[in-house]
Amino acid sequence: MNQIPLSHILFVSTALFFIGMYGLFTRRNMITMLMAVELILNSVNINFIAFNKYLYPEKLEGVFFSLFIIAIAAAEAAVAIAIIINLYRNLHSIDVEAADEMKF
Amino acid sequence: MPVAPYLLIVLVPLLPLVGFVVLGLFGRRYLRAFSGLFATGLVFLSTVIALSVAYDYYFISGAGPDSVYHSAKVLNIHWLSFGPDFSIDMDLLVDPISVMMAVIVSLISLMVHIFSLGYMKGEERYATYYAYLSLFTFSMLGLVLSANLLETYIFWELVGCSSYLLIGFYYDRPAAVAAAKKAFIVTRFADLGFLIGILVLSFQAQTLDLRNLIQILGPGGQSLADALLVPGNKGSFLGISALSWGLTLVFIGGAGKSALFPLHIWLPDAMEGPTPVSALIHAATMVVAGVYLVARLYPLYTATPNVAEIILWVGAISAFVPAVIACTQTDIKRILAYSTLSQIGYMMFALGASGFTASLFHLFTHAFFKALLFLCAGVIIHRVHSNEMKDMGGLRRLLPVTHVCFLIACLAIAGIPPFSGFFSKEEILAVAWENNPFIYAIGLVTSGLTAYYMFRLYFSVFWRKTPAHEGLHHGEAPASMKIPLIILAIGAAFAGFIPFSRFITPDGRPGEAPAFGLNVIPPVFIALLGIGIAAWLYGKESNRPEKAAKALRGLYTFAYHKFYIDEIWLFITKKIIFNLIGRPAAWIDRNIVDGFMNGLASATAGVSAATKGVQSGKVQDYAWFFFMGIAGLAILFIYLYT
Repeated sequence: MNQIPLSHILFVSTALFFIGMYGLFTRRNMITMLMAVELILNSVNINFIAFNKYLYPEKLEGVFFSLFIIAIAAAEAAVAIAIIINLYRNLHSIDVEAADEMKF
Repeated sequence: MPVAPYLLIVLVPLLPLVGFVVLGLFGRRYLRAFSGLFATGLVFLSTVIALSVAYDYYFISGAGPDSVYHSAKVLNIHWLSFGPDFSIDMDLLVDPISVMMAVIVSLISLMVHIFSLGYMKGEERYATYYAYLSLFTFSMLGLVLSANLLETYIFWELVGCSSYLLIGFYYDRPAAVAAAKKAFIVTRFADLGFLIGILVLSFQAQTLDLRNLIQILGPGGQSLADALLVPGNKGSFLGISALSWGLTLVFIGGAGKSALFPLHIWLPDAMEGPTPVSALIHAATMVVAGVYLVARLYPLYTATPNVAEIILWVGAISAFVPAVIACTQTDIKRILAYSTLSQIGYMMFALGASGFTASLFHLFTHAFFKALLFLCAGVIIHRVHSNEMKDMGGLRRLLPVTHVCFLIACLAIAGIPPFSGFFSKEEILAVAWENNPFIYAIGLVTSGLTAYYMFRLYFSVFWRKTPAHEGLHHGEAPASMKIPLIILAIGAAFAGFIPFSRFITPDGRPGEAPAFGLNVIPPVFIALLGIGIAAWLYGKESNRPEKAAKALRGLYTFAYHKFYIDEIWLFITKKIIFNLIGRPAAWIDRNIVDGFMNGLASATAGVSAATKGVQSGKVQDYAWFFFMGIAGLAILFIYLYT
């Protein structure tokens, strides 16, 4: 069975990254933006795994990095949700445009 | 060196200081009624100490076996030590003139303290008044006893400060406030000269100590003085030697404090202060500080004939001009103020004419009769509630004691034998005669004018008309006001018999008493003439004074307006200094200094206004910048690595 070439996997991860980027820039709902950030992080994870597997098969550093990123993403999600809840309590909205008090 | 024998003299200035601190801190709240007695008691103690030290110094231990009076340093405190051979010290000098001055200052101060017990009674700020008076006494005593120039300067400024406080004592009167400011600014202006003079002298001599200074710079002292005196030699400026510059500048400081022409303008205005204060500060003690200063550095002044010449002429003009002005004034205190100016001029030109003993003798006798005149004026003003001569007249029955005392003082100042002023004035005129006949003529004319204006005052106050308000008041004055008058009158009458030249001479050697021969005739004659004219004009109520004023109209108005010297000063300050220096300086401050700061601020504001749009407050904008930044960096690195 032929191996899937590295470039295909990189195409997938790049697509995922820009989908996340697009979501981050176009959505106004903060939960959706958070989800978009998760997509970006996951595209990075795919890159780590793929490079590890294709370039240095005998090593595991890429896998470790992915695990760390997943853990950090979980923590980040918790912090972000806390911020969003606080914003909602103050502004009764989770629209990112509503939080404009520090604007010039 | 044995333990300084005159250590007790430290207490002379310190006791009034204690009085000032205690009254200043607690006087108004806790000591109200007793503050006067408290301060008077302390000054009494310091007077007693001063007298005992003076007795000890002059009659017992001061003169060495060669009967020369030596100076001694009491206390030697290194106050600010800048190095092994340079420090600023606080020490007291005991020598013939400092002891004499300490006696005069404490004695007159005591009289004024006692007098004020009655005069200032019921005053709202009674305790404050005594606190200021004590401060003045402390600083004046410190000034006369200080042994180095910087210490002298410190006390000099303290004296000026307390004088300011006392002139402006009635601070609810605008005239008093203006007078206090004027006195302070004029004397401060002159003190600048004094300070620079101190710097010049101490730099040249490398010492601040008065005795060392005189030794180093004086005649015969390491021949440094000779080197300094040659123009073009070490440290000369504009062709005038450093020593002359230093001494002239010091003299300017003295001229400001002693109100010599043309810096005399503050003294007549200073009469806004309480009358006892005028007696103490602006007649007997502070205003002679300049004379004292020149006397202190006397050996240096004799070594620089050109500076002595300046002193001679400034003194002569200061003796003559105010005497003319005094003849036309109508405010009793102002007449006395101008008379003070004239007498200080006398002392000054005597110093300029190398009449050291004569000058200090006049200082001594003048302190008595001028303080007496002012205190008498205090009694009169207390009684009449007016300073104007026209409100007075015929007071001799109402105020018999004051009348006699005033008469004694007038005779003394006019130089009628055997009152004290006669002796001192005679000595001064004798010195002037030897030095310069023209100065002698000025002195003689001034002496006649003095007799005239003093007796003009005397006759207008005590004779001329029958008093309108007889029986309105009861009694002349409280005993506390009469006793100082009597004591001072005794001094004014008999102080002339003290063999002054035995004790006070430039080199400490007892000098010869001057012999009075035929030379006494012109001054006494001209004084009697002045008295006669005054009696003829003011002895009875008549229109003679108006006629005389009309006959001399031009001169009269000119003198009445004090020769427009105040106006000249105002012109110089307002029109010239303000326009040429003040306004450009203000323009530079406003437009260049402030402009630079304002420009800096507005540039910052402009930059921030231009860039603050970036802070949109939208999270996604920030994320966009972030992303673009990362992308830009990535592209940069990719191209850099290839």
